[in-house]
Amino acid sequence: MTTISQSMAPGQLTAGRLPKVVVPALLAGAALLGLAISLLVGGGNLALAAALAYIIFLIAVEVSARIVEGARQAADRRATSMIVGAFVLALLPLGSVTWEALSKGAARFDLTFFTYSMRNVVGEGGGALHAITGTLWVTGMATLISVPIGLMTAVYLSEYGAKNRLAKAITFFVDVMTGVPSIVAGLFAYALMTLIIGPNTGFGFAGSVALSVLMIPVVVRSSEELLRLVPNELREAAYALGVPKWLTITRVVIPTAISGIVSGVILAVARVIGETAPLLVAAGFTASLNNNLFANPMMTLPVFVYDSYAHPGVDVQVYLDRAWAGALTLIAIVMLLNLIGRLVARRFAPKTGN
Amino acid sequence: MGKRIEVTDLNVYYGDFRAVEDVSITIEAKSVTAFIGPSGCGKSTFLRTLNRMHEVIPGARVEGEVLLDGENLYGPGVDPVRVRRHIGMVFQRPNPFPTMSIKENVLAGINLNNRRMPGSEKDDLAEQALKGANLWEEVKNRLNKPGASLSGGQQQRLCIARAIAMEPEVLLMDEPASALDPISTLAIEDLMNELKQQYTIVIVTHNMQQAARVSDVTAFFNIAGAGAPGRLIESGPTEKIFSAPDVKATEDYISGRFG
Ligand SMILES: Nc1ncnc2c1ncn2[C@@H]1O[C@H](COP(=O)(O)OP(=O)(O)OP(=O)(O)O)[C@@H](O)[C@H]1O
Ligand SMILES: [Mg+2]
Repeated sequence: MTTISQSMAPGQLTAGRLPKVVVPALLAGAALLGLAISLLVGGGNLALAAALAYIIFLIAVEVSARIVEGARQAADRRATSMIVGAFVLALLPLGSVTWEALSKGAARFDLTFFTYSMRNVVGEGGGALHAITGTLWVTGMATLISVPIGLMTAVYLSEYGAKNRLAKAITFFVDVMTGVPSIVAGLFAYALMTLIIGPNTGFGFAGSVALSVLMIPVVVRSSEELLRLVPNELREAAYALGVPKWLTITRVVIPTAISGIVSGVILAVARVIGETAPLLVAAGFTASLNNNLFANPMMTLPVFVYDSYAHPGVDVQVYLDRAWAGALTLIAIVMLLNLIGRLVARRFAPKTGN
Repeated sequence: MGKRIEVTDLNVYYGDFRAVEDVSITIEAKSVTAFIGPSGCGKSTFLRTLNRMHEVIPGARVEGEVLLDGENLYGPGVDPVRVRRHIGMVFQRPNPFPTMSIKENVLAGINLNNRRMPGSEKDDLAEQALKGANLWEEVKNRLNKPGASLSGGQQQRLCIARAIAMEPEVLLMDEPASALDPISTLAIEDLMNELKQQYTIVIVTHNMQQAARVSDVTAFFNIAGAGAPGRLIESGPTEKIFSAPDVKATEDYISGRFG
């Protein structure tokens, strides 16, 4: 403690400063103390130890900072500790999910998994090729439906609507659509298709329609925000060159915002690609490869995972392994999408600097 | 090129608010006309009505007549898009397109309007426009770099090049040098002297010396008070307005004795 009291300089511009080692030292001390208490009263429960350690650490930092550095620095350290705490808390499930999926999915993350369907497979072997292609078909089609509709709606809202009644109504219904439970979207798509072609056991396109219902509002909202961010000066620059409004929108406004729009679309895809319930209802499920969106049920990865887990055969472990491998594949696809999104966004981003 | 503009009894409204009242003025072809006046007196508003750019602002509307060589810009069937191809505009803040290179920015008027033109002709046009805007020497080796990579003064000259690449008859400039250093300002003033051989130029400025240096005709706008519409107080040859104006308010404003 001698170093601490020495560093207290009572000048007007200087203030005491905790030496750099204090915070890690306090953290280590708090961790030990938390563990000790938890061993004594909680039988060594790790979650309890972590929670206790965190609270002890908060108090210790607060007190020492208040004594040495004053109230403002203490508040700063308190806020920092709490934000870091929240960050770690938020990261825990992510890390845990990734770890679980990796460790349990690795067992069947092999060539067979990516080259075989489940046709005529009852025990070991088999794969998710039919589910992977199905997911790509269904979400690809959903994107194809949602992006034009969503983008055009966003263009209307930001460029033409000017807060008129119709624009307000659209915004309201888009917000309502955001809150539609996914199972309702699936039932809607199923009912719609039944109305059009009569009773069926589900097919890929119906799944795409269900996913579009979930995707469109996300695309509309994110694109609208980004179009609004385009400075008005650029629109005026184009108008002053005698460029008509529609060309201004398609050649100036959208290109300026495109990188953000693409990111938004990819986030929307990532959001719906893991939907299970609507696809179960609308696209059905099957063990065979089906590349026709418009006839016969089509398997998708989330449904594959669910089905492997919920209806295992005699050798349960084989089915569970396949479910985990399916989950891992899904995570990998979403990560890949994010990566592609970043690359595309960088490619399209407005050029600045040299 | 260079056409003459005659404005008669022009009123401009933002919704119910009348921003400019009863302006009548003649802007001679192939000359520089400067608009001066205190902030908020409607100079920008009036300037925008000369190529119907005010229509971009919701609620803005106009009463009166603007004749471009005798043709009423506000006549029935007149297309504002066509008007703006003949009457170009340069804004106070440089606004190059961030997605385009320097060359693409200059050719934006051609490209965005999907006008077909052989590549070599485009190159020539870009070079001519950049030379016209006094920017060619500075950028000729980096035409494919982004327009936003230029300095503020260079960006403003890029915007002028973009406007003159459309070969307009009239060029409207709203405080084109207000964000620039004295050297860039001088470059733009020299430019105006050259451009008036071909174009009719209207410039808004808060810089009295600039108005005196570059303009042939000066028009003084003023407002009676907050909420009152702006009016054209007087206009005439620049030497006369700056040495012996008819109205006391003009003299007060120019000499700086003005609230
Ligand atoms: N978009 C708008 N909506 C409503 N009122 C506006 C708008 N733009 C300008 N006005 C009003 O019109 C009047 C004239 O404004 P204008 O911008 O033409 O002034 P100005 O002479 O260009 O001023 P400055 O020298 O500061 O640029 C002001 O009272 C202003 O508040
Ligand atoms: Mg102005």
